[in-house]
Amino acid sequence: MEILVQQVLNGILLGGLYAVIAIGMSTMIGIVKLINLAHGDLMILSSYLSLVFMSWLGINPFWSFLAVVPAMFFIGYFVQAFLFNRVLGKEMEPPLLVAFGLSVILQNFLLLVFTPDARSLMTDLAVMTIPLGKSLNLPVLYLVDFLIGVGVILALHVFFKRSYMGRAIRAASDDDQGARLMGVNTKGIYSYAMGISMMTAGVAGILVGMTFTFYPHTGPQYLIIGFGVVIIGGLGSMIGTLIGGFILAEAQLLGAQFVGPGYQLLIGYLVLLIVLAVRPQGIFGKA
Amino acid sequence: MDKSALKISNLDVHYKDFQALWDVSLEVAKGRVISVIGANGAGKSTLLNTVSGVLTPSEGTIEFFGEAIGGLPPHDTVHKGIALVPEGRRIFPRLTVFENLVMGSYTPRTRPKRDETIKKIYELFPILKSRHNQMANSLSGGEQQMLAIGRAMMSEPTLMLCDEISLGLAPVIIKSIYKRLAQINQDGITIVLVEQDLKRSLKAADYAYVMLEGKIVLEGVPSTLTEEQVKKAYFGI
Repeated sequence: MEILVQQVLNGILLGGLYAVIAIGMSTMIGIVKLINLAHGDLMILSSYLSLVFMSWLGINPFWSFLAVVPAMFFIGYFVQAFLFNRVLGKEMEPPLLVAFGLSVILQNFLLLVFTPDARSLMTDLAVMTIPLGKSLNLPVLYLVDFLIGVGVILALHVFFKRSYMGRAIRAASDDDQGARLMGVNTKGIYSYAMGISMMTAGVAGILVGMTFTFYPHTGPQYLIIGFGVVIIGGLGSMIGTLIGGFILAEAQLLGAQFVGPGYQLLIGYLVLLIVLAVRPQGIFGKA
Repeated sequence: MDKSALKISNLDVHYKDFQALWDVSLEVAKGRVISVIGANGAGKSTLLNTVSGVLTPSEGTIEFFGEAIGGLPPHDTVHKGIALVPEGRRIFPRLTVFENLVMGSYTPRTRPKRDETIKKIYELFPILKSRHNQMANSLSGGEQQMLAIGRAMMSEPTLMLCDEISLGLAPVIIKSIYKRLAQINQDGITIVLVEQDLKRSLKAADYAYVMLEGKIVLEGVPSTLTEEQVKKAYFGI
């Protein structure tokens, strides 16, 4: 019994991490209508950035947030301003191709610089647990992932609802010319949106780096998790992304528990397929 | 006449190879209501879009209270005090009524007085207040047009350009919208109306221009223009 409770608990905590992996992607798809296939690779880039800052300055991963998250904002801003803005609004394919190209370039760049070795962001938290019962434990690192993940999503929600820039990004996605007439420089505003999306990827990258090992080619694996969460939760819904994260994580962990560890991914995708079949717009998506 | 709010001289505008405006000159005195009428494709919307900066002129000058503004992008013209109520309204369907209005005060000049201006607009259009938190796409056509006007008012303009605001609306709604426009004009805002609806806009205007195929073919004080003159100019016969 306690094992089951443990897996459900782990699933909820892991779901928070999955949600923060997906949230940047979800906002870019929902608001700028850009499917960023390089989201996972950019996230892993931030894991490596964190690694660089850690060994450079001798700091622990948490301090690296202060450097990596702003750095990712600028990377996102320039990627949008110089790559995606040139191909947006034409057809569906050019932005996809640009993103795919960026993904390939990033993976090979990371391979060149960091070699294919497995890395992780070392932290003492990884071995800490809070005992809750006889064999029931709360893994501290998962708890941190969860809290930061939920925090990021709440902050993003407030940003899009309450700030001028957040509203302007939504307005531009609703009616580009209408937004320009209100005084919004719409090309510029999409660059900010990508910068913000990459800030969330920066947070996700460090959390993933602390929790799991990563390689230059790990990005697509998280891209798929991100897609799964977005599809289950529904496009453009922040709550949906959070719930989508919980469902995918629970499906994977409970699947591993009941069917066997080898089936972890398969069960996750089965749940994804079921959601697609029953509610194609996602649980919180609008039809 | 007072100082002119808008003075357009010898304006040419091209869409790539196609010339949409030919040597257009017009003047709008401060505090007046000016009407530009003409059939579909006469270049009326092109004219307004060029003044607001969505399009750039290839020849000629546009002066706003004596300042050259030709070719400035919309975020600059909005800042200077020109608001366009665009054709087709272009409200933000997935934002609430309130958020649409807030977007109207995006330009930094108007942000500090935002709440005050919203209050004024809710007094002018009480229906918007009752729809405050509703998504804009749930509004009726008339309400959406009121929202578009209200949103333009949020930028505290001195010149408001209205593109086909009566299009597709019931006569009783049009009447009520024109009544509000008169109120807005009484508060000192200069208005340029672009309409296909001859009678309504001529009645509302102090001065009128008739456009045909990208040129101004007739102008004058509406009461002195005969129906025959206007019809001839409008249809080009």
